[in-house]
Parts: sequence; C-alpha cells; structure tokens
Amino acid sequence: MKRTVFRNRWLPWALVAPQLAVTIAFFFWPAFDSLRLSLYRASPFGDRLIFIGFANFQRLLADPAYFRSVTTSFVFSLFVTLVGLSVALVLASLANAKIRGLGVYRSLLLWPYGIAPAVAGVIWLFVFHPSFGVLPYILSFVTTYQFNWFLKGWVALTLIIVAAIWKQFGYNLAFYLAGLQAIPGSVLEAASVDGAGPIRRFFTITFPLLSPVTFFLFTLNMTFAFFDTFGLVHAVTQGGPGDATSILVYRAWKDGFDGLQLGYSAAQSVILMLLVIALTAVQFRYAEKKVTY
Amino acid sequence: MLSSGAVYPVYQLMKDNAVALDWNDLIGPVKSYYSTGGNLYSMAFNSSTPILYYNKDHFRKAGLSDKAPTTWDEVEAIAKKLQAAGVKCPFGSAWPSWVLVENMHAYHDQPFADHGNGFDGLATSLRINGPFGVKMMEVLARGAKEGWFTYGGRLNKAEALMTAGECGIFTTSSAYIGNLTRASEGKFTWATGFLPRLAGFPQGSSIIGGATLWVMKGAKPEEYKGVAQFFKYVASTENQAWWAGVTGYLPLTNAAAKAMDASGHYAKNPNQKTAVNQMSNGKTTPNSQGIRLGNFNSVRDAIEEQMENIFSGHKTPKQGLDDAVAKGNEILKEFAALYK
Repeated sequence: MKRTVFRNRWLPWALVAPQLAVTIAFFFWPAFDSLRLSLYRASPFGDRLIFIGFANFQRLLADPAYFRSVTTSFVFSLFVTLVGLSVALVLASLANAKIRGLGVYRSLLLWPYGIAPAVAGVIWLFVFHPSFGVLPYILSFVTTYQFNWFLKGWVALTLIIVAAIWKQFGYNLAFYLAGLQAIPGSVLEAASVDGAGPIRRFFTITFPLLSPVTFFLFTLNMTFAFFDTFGLVHAVTQGGPGDATSILVYRAWKDGFDGLQLGYSAAQSVILMLLVIALTAVQFRYAEKKVTY
Repeated sequence: MLSSGAVYPVYQLMKDNAVALDWNDLIGPVKSYYSTGGNLYSMAFNSSTPILYYNKDHFRKAGLSDKAPTTWDEVEAIAKKLQAAGVKCPFGSAWPSWVLVENMHAYHDQPFADHGNGFDGLATSLRINGPFGVKMMEVLARGAKEGWFTYGGRLNKAEALMTAGECGIFTTSSAYIGNLTRASEGKFTWATGFLPRLAGFPQGSSIIGGATLWVMKGAKPEEYKGVAQFFKYVASTENQAWWAGVTGYLPLTNAAAKAMDASGHYAKNPNQKTAVNQMSNGKTTPNSQGIRLGNFNSVRDAIEEQMENIFSGHKTPKQGLDDAVAKGNEILKEFAALYK
C-alpha cells in the first residue's frame, strides 16, 4: 500500500476531526452514558437517580423471559444473515449473467434497500395480514391451517425474518454483484477448459474468491439484525404474540422509551453491546483466517 | 408524571394567572382521573371510553335482530350465530388490556390494583387474577378457541378488522366513531351500544382513556399566561362541542354536553351519545374512578403479552393472569423503589 506522508503535523488531525467529532458525539458519549445509567434506577425526568450497583443486571439475569429473548435474537439474526446472504448470492450470480435488460433487473433488485425498516414492516404486514393479506388468502386454497401471526409465535417470527431479509437484500446484492464482477474471467475460462461444470466452478473458484465480501456482509448483517431491526418489530408485531418476537434490541427500546425504566433499559443495551462486540471479535479471530484476499 | 416533581399543577397555574375556569363543570370521571386532593393537576385534552359497535349488515345476514348485545352471554350467543353465518370476525376488540381487562374490572366494580387502583397511594400489586378477572378471561379464551373471538393484535391494530367490515361485534374507544363513520360510508352500516356486562357482578363504571396536557416547570411567566389562556380556550363550550362532535371523544364539560344536546347534534348522531350515556349510567366507586400506576405502559405490555398466551391456548386463563400479575408487580415494585 502507498503510504501518504503529511508534512504538517496538524493537517491529518484536522482532516479526521469531523469524523471523530461525529463518532464521539453520537457513539462514544451515548455508549458511556448507558454504561453509567445501567448502574442506576432513574426516573423519566432525571429528578431521581438512585445508585443501585448491578441490581438492574441481576434483575435481568434472574428473568427467564430475558433468556428467551436472547435465544430469539440469535435465531432471528442467524436466519436473517444466513438465508439473506444465500439468497443474495444466488440472485447476484443470476444478475451477473449476460442477459438483456440487465440494468433494469439490477435496479429493481437494489430497490428494497432504499426503504426504512418500519416501512418494510408495514408492507409485509399487508402481505401477511391474517384477514386481508395476500399470502394467507393464497395459502387458504392449499391448506386449512390458520397462519394467524397475532397468535402463532413461529409465524410472527418467520414474518419479521422474511421482512428483514428483504429489507437488507439490496445491500447484500450490490456487494455480491461488485464482488462477482471483480473475478477475472480468465480464471473461470481456464477452469471451463479443464472441464469444470458451472457448479464446480462456483464452489471452487467463485465462492472462495468472494470470501472477503461474504465475511464483510456476514458481520454487517449480523449487526443489522441485532441493532437495526427495532422499527420492523415495532411496526409489525410489537414483540408478540406473547414474547415470540421480542428480540433484545426491541426489549431494550420498549422497557426504556415505552416503559420509562431507563436504568433497566440501559443495562439491556450494555449486555447487547457486549454480545455484539464478542460476536464481531470471534468473527475476526476465526473467520478472517479462512478469507482469501 | 404526577410523582416526578417536574410539573406545574394546572389548578395552580390558573390561579396564579387569574384565569377563571369552572372546574366543577368538568364531567366527573375526567375530574377524578386528573385530580389529586380535589385539585386538578393536568388539563384533560381528549378523553374517551370504550363502547360496543356492531355491524348491522352482518346481523341482518345472520337473521339477528338489530339490537346490541348487553351481556357477555349475549355476545357469545350472537357471535356463534355470526360465525355460523360465515362472518370472519364474529367478535373482536382493540386495546386488549384497556378494554377487556382495565375497563371490564372498573365496569363491574372490581379492583384492578391495590391502594384504590393507585389513587390512595403507590400501587404495589395488581388484582386482576381474582374470580372476576379469571371468569372474564375464560369467556375470551373460549371464544378464541371456538373461533368466535378473533384476536387482532395489540394497541388499536384490531380496528383494521372492523374498518374492513369483517367484524360482527367489536369493542373499542368511542373515539373510533369518527374513523368508522368515514371508513364505512357507502360500504356497511353499524350502530353502537354499551359495553357488555358479565352476569353476577356489581355495577361500576367504564373508565376514560386518552391524553392530558401537563404543564412543565421552568418556563417564563408570560408563557404561562399564554398556557392558561390556551386551556381556557380548549375548555370553552364551543370548542369542546366541536371537538367531541367531529371525533367521538367525550365532551369534557357538562355545559358542552348540554350544548350538543340542545343543538340537536346527539339526535342526529345517536352513536356519539352512547359513551356519554354509558358514563352517566355508571356508578363511580373507588374501583371505577380510574387507574393510576407507575410505569403503566410496561404493566400493560405484561398483561397483553399474557393475554396472547391465553388466547393462543399456551396458558390457562388463571395461569396467564397469575404470570401477568407477577410481572406487573415486579414493575410496580421498581417504580415504588424510585419514589419511596
């Protein structure tokens, strides 16, 4: 890599200052504030602030509902990431083919990314709605099973997983498309000449060469699923039925902003933050070794 | 809000700014809900109470007489007939906790929480798993199981079912009248009635819900002067009659209710009178003056979560309510610890 040398000592700092300021104001400061708040019992207007040590954490860890929420979050995030990436990879490979109207296909496939999670939720709510949704109507011709996600937990969870995958799909596709186009045609042609079929070529050449993209997207989707899906859950299921879709980030929001239990909510964000830091660290430690740049 | 110490009580504000308002003219339930020690602390803005709606077209189709059910036994019998006639949502309800738990308790003079529902001191435990609560939930659980009660989600999500013309009987806020009037125009006809009663329990009163305006401390005196004038404007008979007339919220003053009667508004819109009549028919008791809990939103969540577990058959009514009480009490304990 080319190394840039700045003659002026202050210029590099001045150049990164805006980014640093944003990071400090919007990331570090709130993060430290949640750390502090998680040790308090706080009233909504801040007129009462009682130090209670780790009592908020104890209350969380003694609550079986919290562990159900952890499990739900992992199931949700794994499905969103794995299924989401697989679908994006398959469709990116197809969109990479030399066909007519490719530009139109690509633009259409990228579209969902421009939609806010809450709006994506509402769109899927209409598709899935037990009374006036399109999907239950079609399914009613095939089966008499009632896909009422107001009462059936697994249907509700499936619904938000599908909506989250769809929402993140455009982003994943864009990166896979870019990755596919960076693969030199000569390598694939050489493999063809050696007699490798399309499937063999995909698994021995394309997929390994895409590994940096996959690794990047995996981390990013995991973070998205853990942190960014609050609007989706809020618009569609509000965590229900029961607590079937009450993922960690939604719980933290609900207890904090709806329930006004600020310290308790802060404790949940701290645990969530630690979980995602741990997950990312594990990915970088183990998965990165398998990545060929 | 009341406990926070961050608010400027409304009665004080009006007195300090020498703006006269006849507090005694506020309708009873509104006054009692927002007062402490006989003094009004916040200014009621939009208050409504749940009532029953029914789709006349579905009733006609099922060969039923054009009359709202008045008891839960009747709701069950009619809903079963509607179900047999192919109605997709024979009975439904919005705001599950507010309508079917909070209001049903008050309506039958049953306590919702200890310390007079939080009016006589900080409430520390819920009382919803008593004989009444369990019996009420058994009716609904049976309906969900047999298919004559369609659960349509939390908050007011279920209103979409009624608006789409799929429900036969529906319970939700009287404030829904405005929406339903516009949505049903030219599509279906409907009427309203009192909330159904459960036989064998005493008469209480339904309670109000909605929003109230709080005044925060720390603003300038001339700003408070403006706030006082604004409240006077909001409470004026003319504005109250207009606001209640276009929405279905309750008129907040007796004068406004009288004015609406006098102008013939209620004669033309009898459905808007239902909530007013239901309130004046009720008996205000310590159990039906309202509910005042800390972290009430979280408590409601805990209740609705368990209602879903009951309706889906995961838990028995008793088990679900016991779990809701346990979770609710934990939340109340947190609040009490903050303001001890």
